[in-house]
Formats: sequence, C-alpha cells, structure tokens
Amino acid sequence: MTAARSARKGTLVAVISTLVVATLVAISIGSSPSWPLVQKAFFDGTYFSSSLPDVIGAFAINIQLFVLAEILILPIGLLIALARSITNPAFTPLRIFATIYTDFFRGVPSILLIYVLGFGVPALRLPGVPKEPFFWALVTLVLIYSAYVSEVYRAGIESIHPSQERAARALGLTRFQALRYVVLPQALRRVVPPLLNDFIGLQKDTALVSILGVVEAFKQAQILKSANFNFTPLMVTALIFLVITIPMTRLVDCLAAKDRATQQGGTR
Amino acid sequence: MARKATKRAAAPVLELRGLSKRYGRPLVLDKIDLSLAEHEVVCLIGASGSGKSTLLRCADLLEPIDAGSITLDGGTVSADDRDADATRRQLGIVFQGFSLFPHLTALENVALAPRVALGLTTAAAEKRARALLKQLGLAAKANAYPDSLSGGQQQRVAIARALATEPKVLLLDEITSALDPVLVADVLEALRALAKGGMTMLIATHEMAFAADVADRICYLEGGRIVEEGSPEKIFKAPRDPRTRAFLKRVRSVGASALR
Ligand SMILES: Nc1ncnc2c1ncn2[C@@H]1O[C@H](COP(=O)(O)OP(=O)(O)OP(=O)(O)O)[C@@H](O)[C@H]1O
Ligand SMILES: [Mg+2]
Repeated sequence: MTAARSARKGTLVAVISTLVVATLVAISIGSSPSWPLVQKAFFDGTYFSSSLPDVIGAFAINIQLFVLAEILILPIGLLIALARSITNPAFTPLRIFATIYTDFFRGVPSILLIYVLGFGVPALRLPGVPKEPFFWALVTLVLIYSAYVSEVYRAGIESIHPSQERAARALGLTRFQALRYVVLPQALRRVVPPLLNDFIGLQKDTALVSILGVVEAFKQAQILKSANFNFTPLMVTALIFLVITIPMTRLVDCLAAKDRATQQGGTR
Repeated sequence: MARKATKRAAAPVLELRGLSKRYGRPLVLDKIDLSLAEHEVVCLIGASGSGKSTLLRCADLLEPIDAGSITLDGGTVSADDRDADATRRQLGIVFQGFSLFPHLTALENVALAPRVALGLTTAAAEKRARALLKQLGLAAKANAYPDSLSGGQQQRVAIARALATEPKVLLLDEITSALDPVLVADVLEALRALAKGGMTMLIATHEMAFAADVADRICYLEGGRIVEEGSPEKIFKAPRDPRTRAFLKRVRSVGASALR
C-alpha cells in the first residue's frame, strides 16, 4: 500500500469513528428523561435568538477592553522584562522593583485586584483620579497581564544563546545595541506563541470586570438570565467567547509546531 | 622573503606587555610579551589548554586582564577602559563556533556593525559588506541566511563580518577546527588572500602546514608562556627549545595536519 493511500484510509477511519461516537452520545443525551429540562433551561431557541443581539452588543465592551489592554501590555511587559535582565549594579533597585512587581501581580487572584482597585480607589475620591469602572478594569488587567507577559519576554531573551551577544559585543556593538539588533529580534520571534496564549487568558478574564458593574457580555447575560429565569443567554456568551478563543488556540498550536520544525531543521 | 625585514622595522600595531591572566588561582597567561607589526601575520601554536584562546580574548578586551598592558597603535588600552567598545571596533575577532546572527542574511550580518557601531548609512554599510563578501568568494550568497550556508561559507561570512569595521588587526581562533576537511581549504585560502593583501593577523591554529605557509612568525605557547618564537623555518625545521621539539614531534606523530 502506498503512503498516500494508507493516509487516506486513516482519515476515513477517523471520520467514521468520530461520527459514530458523536451520534451515540447525542442519542443517549437526547433520549435521557431529564434532557428536555436541561434543554429548556440552557439551550432554549427563543431565548437564544432574543438574547443574541444584546449579548453581542455588550461583547463590544470586552473587545474594547482586551484590545486596549493588549496594546498597553506589549510595551509595558517588555520594559519590565528588560528591567529584570539589566545586570549593571547601578540598576539593581530597578531590577528588584521589577521582580517584586511580577511576583506580586502574578501571585494575587485577579478578581481580588479588580475588586480592590475598582471599588477601593474610586471610593477615596481623590481629585483628578478617574472613577469609571471601565478605566479601573482596564488598569487592573494591564497590571496583571504585563507581569505575565514580561515573564514570556524574559524567557524569550534568555533562550537566545549568550554567544550571540558575545559576537555582537566583539564587533564593537554596545550592550544596548547588541540587545536591540541581535538578541531582541530573535527573542521576539520565539515569544509569539506563548504571548498569544496569555492573550487568550486575558480575553477570558475580561468577563471578571463584570463584578464592577461594567455591562460587558457576561454581565449582560446575567441581567437577561435574571429577567427570564433562563440560562440560555449565558450559553450565548460562552459561545461568543469560544468563537474568538478557539481560532486563537489553533493558531498558537500551529505556530508552535512551525517553531519546533524550524528549530529542528536549522537555527533560524 | 625580503618582505619581512621591512615589516619588523615598523612600529607595532598591537603590543601586549607583561600580560597575565588567571581564572581563579591558576595562571593561564604568564607575562606574555607579544607585538605585531603592521601587515605581520603571527600564528600561535601549542597544545590544548596552553592559553591561545585566552590570549586572543584578552587582546580583544573580551576578558579582563590581571596584569600587564595592551597597546593599540601606540595608545594604551586597558580592560576597564570605558571606551572598550571603540577599541573592539578596531580589532576583528573570529571564533571557532561561527555565531553568525541567524535572523540576518549574510549581507546583513556583515553590514550590521558598520551601520550600527560605526554609524554608516545603510547604503554605505551594504556597499562595504558586498565588497567584503565578494572578496571572500561569497558574492552569490549575499541574501542567504546562515542556516542555508555550508560551514565553510558560514566561517567566511564570519571573517567578512569581522573585517567590516576595518579593524587594524584580525584575531582568529582556530576557525577551521569545527569544519569538514574539505571546507577547511576554502577558509585557509581566504586567509592566505587576506595575508597577501597586507592584513595584520594573529591566528591561533592547529593547522601546522597552514601556519608554516602563511605566518611571518610563529609563537609556541605552553603553560601560558611563549616558550619560543621565530620564523616558520626556524620553529618547524630547527626548534631550539626541547619543549617545542616535543610538541612538534607529538603533532607529527599524529600525522594529518603536520608540516609536510
Ligand atoms: N572561562 C574560563 N574559566 C576557567 N578556566 C578557563 C576559562 N577559559 C579557559 N580556562 C582555562 O585556561 C586554560 C587555557 O585555555 P585556552 O582556552 O586559552 O586554551 P587553548 O590554548 O585555546 O586550548 P585549545 O587548543 O584546546 O583551544 C585552560 O587550562 C582552561 O581550562
Ligand atoms: Mg582555544
């Protein structure tokens, strides 16, 4: 049998077995006596179509949040990572500060920080300090995810072999030039997949800001649920998140696989 | 060779005086005195661990030294010189591992230092890089990435890269030892051409035949000291020091790269 033929046969077997199992699962769930109850509470057709526009509308807030946050996090995370990798003793205080920062914001539950910053700081009524929940939600997400992303950058920088910096220094490049032209360009290429992974987490965490009363998709769904005593709007929200996150997850897998292939095949 | 007589008279380009270096307690370089005149090619030979690489790294200020001085073109430089970067631009160094920048093409590898460290425009830096690649027989490979080049080609790109800041002296550390014997010839040929062109070079090598052919002077190192130095004829045909004789005898019995 040729390789192509056996591959085709393999695909066919996979498709058939998947269909069979899926059908069996669907039948057994559908025929169980409690299914109508579950369907009515979670997957109701009318509530689905009536809540869809409202939830999608509110999801615009989630999109605003994570797009703004990502734009801010990329440079801030990089600055923190750089602060942590400076070896010059004069910058030790900066390095210590950056280390404490990452330890703290990676170690505290996100929901707690959102609560404290979103309710606590505006309650101080400091002049000139914004009170909008959206603002504080954004600040908190940026603080937390900059810490995660800085670690991703740092791992990327440290994965570049020291001989690269040495070669650059031997050519007369300064430490900063070596970082800027030799180390960082290579490191940034490697961090794209883990960076996207963190951004998937961030996109999901935009739902946490609902505790501040920001009417984003999750909060909107909760409102609709309470109005009708039906959970379908929450399923709609889940679906919308999945529509965004699943393609990203696939992209990460794909990029990571490509990275592995090039790293095995060559040095680039 | 009449060439050499005139060379010796010139003021040294690079001069190491009483240079000592330790890693922890053991003395790896022990009061090295060595000077290179303009256009001179000096080869360092010696057993593994004799200090050849350390000597080159110290000369390029990549390692701090414990005693002695380094003079470049008459001006003293020291390892804690705040302008060590400027000094490094005047010295080119090539190691045995190529350490090309994998994210840059051959051309970009060579053009980087002129552009960034010397402040040339991109056009001027690339013009210089192209000329160097051509000189090393790599004109056709300008746009290739390092991972698509053979080991010998990569090493020649590394040489071009080291030459791109127009260094006064080129330091080469066993640049053929990681290569296939077939590829060694290309690299050695490139070095011969450079020597003919008047480049001042300090070369650590295990290729005795090459050293005999290209060097104006050979220094034999043992235990961090220059035990004996002299013309290739003198060192290879009539070594005076018993340690030099013993080393050469060992090398010859191993065969392959011994003096033919
Ligand atoms: N970074 C280092 N730390 C500690 N010891 C070192 C270091 N580098 C070199 N040495 C020691 O210094 C001595 C000289 O090493 P060096 O690399 O200069 O020798 P070499 O003549 O270049 O040898 P080879 O022919 O094997 O390249 C050796 O004993 C080595 O173990
Ligand atoms: Mg060595």
